[in-house]
Amino acid sequence: MTKTNTTPPEATRRDFLKMAWMGLGTLAIAETGLMSAMFMLPRVGEGDFGSLITAGEVDSFPPNSVTPFTKGRFYLSRLEDGGFLALYRKCTHLGCTVPWEQADNQFFCPCHASAFDERGDVLNPPAPRALDLFTVTIEDGIVMVDTGSLTERDRFDPSQVVY
Amino acid sequence: MSKTKKDVADSSFLQRVWESIFRGPIDPQTDRERKLMVLDSLILHLHPTTVTERVLKLTLTWGLGGMAALLTMILVFSGVMLMFNYTPSPDQAYNDILNLQTQVWFGQLMRNIHHWAGNLMVVVVVLHMLRVFFTGGFHTPKQFNWIMGLILLLLTVTANFTGYLLPWDQLAYWAITVGTGLITYVPLLGNWIQTVILGGPEVGAATLLNFYSLHIALIPIGLLAIMSIHFFRVRRDGGVVIPRAPDEVLEKRQPKMTTIPHLVVRELVVGLVMMAALLLFAMWVDAPLEGVANPDISPNPAKAPWYFMGFQELLLHFHPFVAAIILPISALLTLALLPYLDPDIDMVGVWFRSNKGRLMTFVSALVAVISTPILVIADEYLLDFVGWLPSLPTIISNGFVPLALLMLVVVGFYELMKRLFKASRCETIQTTFVFLGVAFIMLMIIGIWFRGPGMVLMWPWEVAAAVSH
Repeated sequence: MTKTNTTPPEATRRDFLKMAWMGLGTLAIAETGLMSAMFMLPRVGEGDFGSLITAGEVDSFPPNSVTPFTKGRFYLSRLEDGGFLALYRKCTHLGCTVPWEQADNQFFCPCHASAFDERGDVLNPPAPRALDLFTVTIEDGIVMVDTGSLTERDRFDPSQVVY
Repeated sequence: MSKTKKDVADSSFLQRVWESIFRGPIDPQTDRERKLMVLDSLILHLHPTTVTERVLKLTLTWGLGGMAALLTMILVFSGVMLMFNYTPSPDQAYNDILNLQTQVWFGQLMRNIHHWAGNLMVVVVVLHMLRVFFTGGFHTPKQFNWIMGLILLLLTVTANFTGYLLPWDQLAYWAITVGTGLITYVPLLGNWIQTVILGGPEVGAATLLNFYSLHIALIPIGLLAIMSIHFFRVRRDGGVVIPRAPDEVLEKRQPKMTTIPHLVVRELVVGLVMMAALLLFAMWVDAPLEGVANPDISPNPAKAPWYFMGFQELLLHFHPFVAAIILPISALLTLALLPYLDPDIDMVGVWFRSNKGRLMTFVSALVAVISTPILVIADEYLLDFVGWLPSLPTIISNGFVPLALLMLVVVGFYELMKRLFKASRCETIQTTFVFLGVAFIMLMIIGIWFRGPGMVLMWPWEVAAAVSH
């Protein structure tokens, strides 16, 4: 009764085919999964938001002022020294829209009480970092804001200001 | 009592049609007929033909699992009805809801039923889970079904959350903004996952369509699939746990009763009482609807749906990575591992494990009820880790430092209770679970009723006055 140790050659072929089927099956499932995941990727760009926006002439923004741009979803902040920052209005904590409170001279998020100064720096947590920035360019005295280029930052740094 | 050829030939046309549909009598008279009726019906045969007399006691299960199943059916029906009057686009969704409430016959009632049934389901599923936990119903061989139950809880919450956006009012818009904002704190992939779920950088048309598809198709299909496994395994593992008094030794052979009428009648009573309560509530209390969604203005305060308020309260005390990622994931993992960590099957079927377990449950609940508000108030006015540790990044000063303190409290509580009561591992795990669970419920209560504009702590009547001003 010594039936062991003599593996018939058919068995190895069968093993190979079994492996091949399992491999193909796994591949098919992976392909379907990848296809579904890619199918779910965001579809369209968003109308005005995401394009280059002409904010206006430099002189129309007095120093020490914050001007909201509703369509562009940002605030154009002109600092005391005349420099510009374009601040994304989305709170860095959980994404609420942050209104500018002129009386207190700060951005105050109604959702979880985060506060930011006119440079976007965190005055009061829970926000973990300063407000995000859009790229500002000034050509021939006209301020332009590119709402397609978002920069995250931890805190304010003078190099972020555009003159 | 199979029919002979002659019987069939002698029966009338209508009789033959009837008997092709119903095999036996629909009013069974003998136990044999009652058992056959269970076996012959798709719905009824989810049950065994006989059940142990002891598990019929209402105070074992409270009918909670059955209530969840019935609520699922009510939600599918009312949800499909609502679909006939709803377009998932930002231009139309809100108007469709207004139209539903004012122009469609019973539209407001149908929406109320769907809304409150969905909310009730979260409560019922959680209570069902607590019942299983406190009667030790997750021990061998039921550990995996406990995990299926956890997945059902997650699907229930996700179904609620995706449905929350559909009215497209201010409440919906900002609750989803805040709720999905939590995802951005997942390391590395957070922003990408949020963008995929929202279909863009902010909540918009793509988000509404995504949530609608998830809400009406993918999640219900998943729910029904996992529910089938859940029910099947309850049957396979020999039905629900058999209840007993502390220190009572059960006889091997328990007396049994036929499912019809003893179990079916009890299910009918629970189902009818629940439906009556739901209907009355839906008639009196309208589902909330605020002004149309406005991405320019966040309301103050902007709160997440109530079942996420515990986490929103945690967010006020911890760095978001700890509050929204580490704590929920470790809570879920702990819940999933509970049946494997707690292998003491000597206490199965006894409410709260033992007499000592009952006392410990009461003590730990009391400790949590008292200490949670004290900690919240202390953190609001006294503790300031960011100010004390200014050189460290906030993820450490406001994240890992308080997290380590919290872990210390939990471990300390576990060891203290174990020594104080000379308790077994099973009883100590239970008491720690109660401590954390009650603390979380306290956080929810504080978040829902004690947080006003700017998330400032205040009394509920002050919150009501400030919000309605």
